[in-house]
This record gives sequence, structure tokens and C-alpha cells, in this order.
Amino acid sequence: MKKFINDPADVVAQALAGIAAAHPELRVDIDEQYIVRADAPRPGKVGLVSGGGSGHEPLHGGFVGPGMLDAACPGEVFTSPVPDQILAATKAVDGGAGVVHIVKNYTGDVMNFQLAAELATDEGISVETVLVDDDVAVEDSTWTAGRRGTGATLLVEKIAGARAEEGGKLAEVAAIGREVNTNSGSFAYALTAGTTPAAGRPGFDLPADEIEAGVGIHGEPGRRREKLRPARELVRSALDAILDAKPFPGPVIVLVNGLGGTPLIELYLIYGELAKHLEDRGVRIARQLIGNYVTSLDMAGMSLTLCQATDEMIRLWDAPARTPGLRWGA
Amino acid sequence: MNVALARDWMRAAADLIAADADRLTQLDSAIGDGDHGVNLNRGFTAVVAALEKTPPETVSDVLVKAGATLMSRVGGASGPLYGTALRSAGKALPPTAEVQPADLATALHAGLDAVRKLGGAAPGDKTLVDAYTPALDAFEKAVAGGADLAEAAAAASRAAEAGAEATVPMQARKGRASYLGERSIGHRDPGATSTGLIFQALADVS
Repeated sequence: MKKFINDPADVVAQALAGIAAAHPELRVDIDEQYIVRADAPRPGKVGLVSGGGSGHEPLHGGFVGPGMLDAACPGEVFTSPVPDQILAATKAVDGGAGVVHIVKNYTGDVMNFQLAAELATDEGISVETVLVDDDVAVEDSTWTAGRRGTGATLLVEKIAGARAEEGGKLAEVAAIGREVNTNSGSFAYALTAGTTPAAGRPGFDLPADEIEAGVGIHGEPGRRREKLRPARELVRSALDAILDAKPFPGPVIVLVNGLGGTPLIELYLIYGELAKHLEDRGVRIARQLIGNYVTSLDMAGMSLTLCQATDEMIRLWDAPARTPGLRWGA
Repeated sequence: MNVALARDWMRAAADLIAADADRLTQLDSAIGDGDHGVNLNRGFTAVVAALEKTPPETVSDVLVKAGATLMSRVGGASGPLYGTALRSAGKALPPTAEVQPADLATALHAGLDAVRKLGGAAPGDKTLVDAYTPALDAFEKAVAGGADLAEAAAAASRAAEAGAEATVPMQARKGRASYLGERSIGHRDPGATSTGLIFQALADVS
């Protein structure tokens, strides 16, 4: 393994120091490990806090700024943040209107955010939680932990963030976030595993001619192994999996997301295939975003996210955002 | 058990987890996301440091402080689960410098109840509960039969190890491993394995 690091134990803190140096419009607390808008807390504005393991950059810290998150708490690599850290971020952004926690459905994230929400409530802060569970690769049943939260996290953060920015109340911001999640479905493929700095070796072994279908964003194995096929077939399979799980008559917001190790030339090729397949099915793409947004360190792979979009969602999607990782209209 | 023994227990657990961190991480790579050893090692290292910094005066304080430290340092699912286990166990103890094996049995029971409530896991789900449950049973039976701490801890350690081994053929129904479905079969659960180490540490120092 070759990585640009100094010491595996200090990667997150040193990356935070870099973010602080690069972005004076953000305030970075390196001890408590959170990133917050420099102008927080903003009186009367609902605060948005997200977080999860590091290694998914630009998620979550890269989406802090006007129009999206007020704060993000990055845990250790692929490990959820701890309650103290989430509480500190929550307090830093509470402007009296309450705080929305955006939480991906992974057991550790859910438990740590739940503990933090209880602590925040004890301190008189109103907290609403939006749980993101868009990954259709895993079966939703009474005996699993439910679906994982992956690519739709970006859509929830953008759209709920815009609603909060324009003055939405706590319940309204949480409601649009939940609606985006309900309307979204995602599916991912891995070509290779990512390597965490601490482990120093790939998270799983994948034969040269095989891919992992339905992989999660931590490199945790997916639904099944299969042989590598042409991109157009993989895109169709992923789309079938998403459309089997949820109806998407359109219009849709589409995210073609790289997992960290896939070049844009391949992501655009995939988008071209996806656009053709959707056109064949009569589904109109209202908005699209292509790039590395919800990554898994250096994993080569991609994920597709579709969101059945309402007019309100498209309006909020188009609203200005000014963050290190996503910026338009401002 | 007195305060010194309780601290030795935590230190021994930290040593065993540090020695086995790579193995735990590899087990987790097979069915989870490959950070269990790294995370738990970081947490128990912090526990040892916290106990040295401000030495607790009761066995209860040792476990409560250890649990709180794990919760605020580990993250993931293991932070809340192992933290809750130790914290709840500590809170169930009388506030004294020395506690009896029967007190410890009550405490371990409270710890398991808290873990099951937080994580929602039952025996057979392929989680740490599958090591903790038989360990607690063995500990309680031994104490009820008049065993001293050393004998009860040894019985619990053996039962935890057997419980962890018994997770190999199970299909995971909780946590990240559950996403694998049938593919989780054939792998030992990392949480059950580290729980076995914590009971082994208790047996080693008793």
C-alpha cells in the first residue's frame, strides 16, 4: 500500500488541519473533530449536522457551507463519530430553531447519533433525525438492520440544506429530507477494494476478473460476486435493481458517483449509458450530477442514485450552495 | 474483586485486544468493514490511560469510567455497545472498594441487558451477545454453586470462547454483517471474539 500520510493514527486530524488551512470560511475544531460554518450559530436558522466515518470525502465535511450543512463530524476512517463529538457540533450550530441530524443507516452511526440526540435534548436543543437508507442492494426485512444509507445522503443534504437556508422550520426541513430519502434508490459496484490507512491492505480480495455487486460505502461486501461485464450491462443491472425496489416514473434527479478510484471518463461513459436506458424506459432526467461525492477511500467503483423528484425538490436542488465539495448559483 | 483487580482486568483486556487487534480486524474484514480491532484497541488504550490518570475508588467507578471512555473514544457500533456494557455493569455494583462474585454476576447481567436493549440483538444473531450470554450463564451458575471469582471467571471465559466459536456457522441478522446474508456463514463473529477476550482477561487476572 502506498499512501500520502504521516502516521496512520493521525490521518483524520491532519486532514482536518488541511481543511482548516484551505477554507477560512469554515471553522474546524481539531480536538472535538468537527467542521462548522464560520458564521454558526445563525439565530433562527435550523441547523443541519451530518457525519459518519471519514474516508467518504467530500462527504460530509466537504458539504458544510451556505445552502447545505452547518456542521459535519467526521469519525475515524470508516468509523462513525462518537456522541461527544456529535453533541459538540450540534451545540455549535443551534441557533434556537432546532437541529436536524442527517444519519446514514449503519448500526454505529444510528447508535452514536441517537445517544448524541438524547444528550442534546437534555440540554434543551430540539433535534430531528433524518435517517438515510437508500441502498436497494440489501433486502429490507424484519431480520436485517434495514437498508444502508449511501449516495442519497448528498441529495438529502443539498435539498434539506436549501430548505433550511430559506428559513424552513425544523419539522419542514426534516420532512423534505425524509421525502428525498423515501424517493431515492441507489446501487453500487466495486471493481477493487479500498485500503484504510490503519489496516494498510485492501478491505477485501477481489479476483482480477470479478466485481462486487451491491457493495457498501465501507467496502463491506455486497450482494454477490460476478464476472466483469461491459458497462452498459452493469448499468442496466443496477438500474433494474433500483427500479425493482421503487417506482421511478420521473422526472428524476440522478447521481453518478465514483467511489474514489474511478476516473471521470468512466463515470461520464456510465452516465451516457444511464441516460439511454432511462430514455428507453420513458423516464425523464430533470437534473444530474456526475463525480466523486460519496466515496470509499481509493475504491474503484461507482454508484447510481435516482431520486423521484417533485417540483419543490428541483427548486431546492437548484438553490445556491457554497461548500468546498459542491457549489453552484452562489 | 477489589479496585486493583478491576483495574488489572481492564489492563489485561487492553493487552489481549492489542495483541489480537490484527486478527479482530481480519475477522471484521471478512464480514464487516474491517475496523473492529483498530477501534477497540484505540478505545482500551484510552481506558488504561483514563484509569491511570485519575484512579477510581470503587470497582463500580472502574467499570463506569471504562465504559464512558469507550463510548467517547471508539465510535462505530462497538463504542456504544461495549461502552454501555461496562457502564451499565458498573452502575449495578454497590459503591464499595470491594465487591463479591454475586455482585459481579448481577453487574454482568445488567451489562448484557443494556447491550441487548441498545443493539436489539438476540442470541443466534451472530453478534457479541452470542459470547456474552453463555459467559454470563456460566458465571452465574458457578457463583450459585459456591465458586470463587477465579473459578467463575474461568468458567465464563471458556463459555465465551465456545460461544464465539459457535458463531462460525451462523447467518448474521444484525449489524453490517447482516447485509451479507448467507455469505456471513463460515466466519467467526469479530464482536463475539473480542467479548471472549474480555472474559479471558477477567479469568487471567482473577
